Amino acid sequence: MTRLTPGFADPVLDAQASFRAILEAMSRPGRIQRIEARITPPAPLCSAAGAALLSLADADTPLWLDAGDAAAEWLRFHCGAPIMADIGAARFVVACGAAPSLDALDIGTDEDPQLGATLILQVAGLVAGEGWRLTGPGIQHEHRLRVIGAPDGFIAAWVRNRVLFPRGIDALLCAGDSIAALPRSVMIAEG
Amino acid sequence: MTQPDTPSPKSARQKWMAVLARASAQELADGLAALPALPEAEMLRAPETGLVMVRGRAGGDGDAFNLGEMTVTRCAMRLGAHIGHAYIAGRDHAKARLAALLDAALQDTARHDAVMQTIVEPLATAQQEARAVEARKAAATRVDFFTMATMR
Repeated sequence: MTRLTPGFADPVLDAQASFRAILEAMSRPGRIQRIEARITPPAPLCSAAGAALLSLADADTPLWLDAGDAAAEWLRFHCGAPIMADIGAARFVVACGAAPSLDALDIGTDEDPQLGATLILQVAGLVAGEGWRLTGPGIQHEHRLRVIGAPDGFIAAWVRNRVLFPRGIDALLCAGDSIAALPRSVMIAEG
Repeated sequence: MTQPDTPSPKSARQKWMAVLARASAQELADGLAALPALPEAEMLRAPETGLVMVRGRAGGDGDAFNLGEMTVTRCAMRLGAHIGHAYIAGRDHAKARLAALLDAALQDTARHDAVMQTIVEPLATAQQEARAVEARKAAATRVDFFTMATMR
């Protein structure tokens, strides 16, 4: 049996604080937020990705992840979320290794665009003030964000995702205890 | 809490979890004090209280209906490689913690027999006796109804 580790030390306040950080990240795309909650999810999940999942996932949100059995068991225990084998059926897709193709994810429907999947992508690092140029709702002029270890062809895939609007997927980039969000409305240009 | 006349087959773990859930916090604490000290346990899910919908079925063949909501406290603790769970009626967090800890200890083969003998078996006997006393008291006031058809 793998060794389960605890979730949030204070389930209510830590989940609220993490949710607030995710909300802040989503409303200001590309701005880096820190998740304060001290948790130790099983490797390879980073603490920001773990906290985001503990705050957002529950029994109604099927998950897909490539983080291995220990992480799957941890999420099943603490969130009660069903783990899917089919990536297209998942509401949250957690990618720690090679990022899955965005085209494989559920993009929702025109009637229910909110059903589109959220990609929680673990990257090597996030740096503000350089790199990609982000524009769109929530950004006055432009936000700069360098994503260290971004998957190849991510910007081209994002352009295809952008034209599906209002359908599409949202992405949360996690590195250590930092997160930045790319809601489906944001436009990304190479810096 | 009443037991059906013919309990469904249960695993040994279900039986000891049921005994632990029915015992009082004091009984569990006393039993734990009589045992050799357990190693440090890690709290996986701190005791949390919520509501569970209890469903019933009239006569065994009626449609299931919602009988009412019940206050339940649950807790999970890890002792070494074993994870103990407790789901108890009411909002006694100390009792949920003790029951989860003992469930973890009972899954450990090195400790199982000692915990069974010092805590679970005496509690099971006491709970069974208390149920039998109650059943006897109730049986003394029992009234049998006959329909006209059977009397003719």
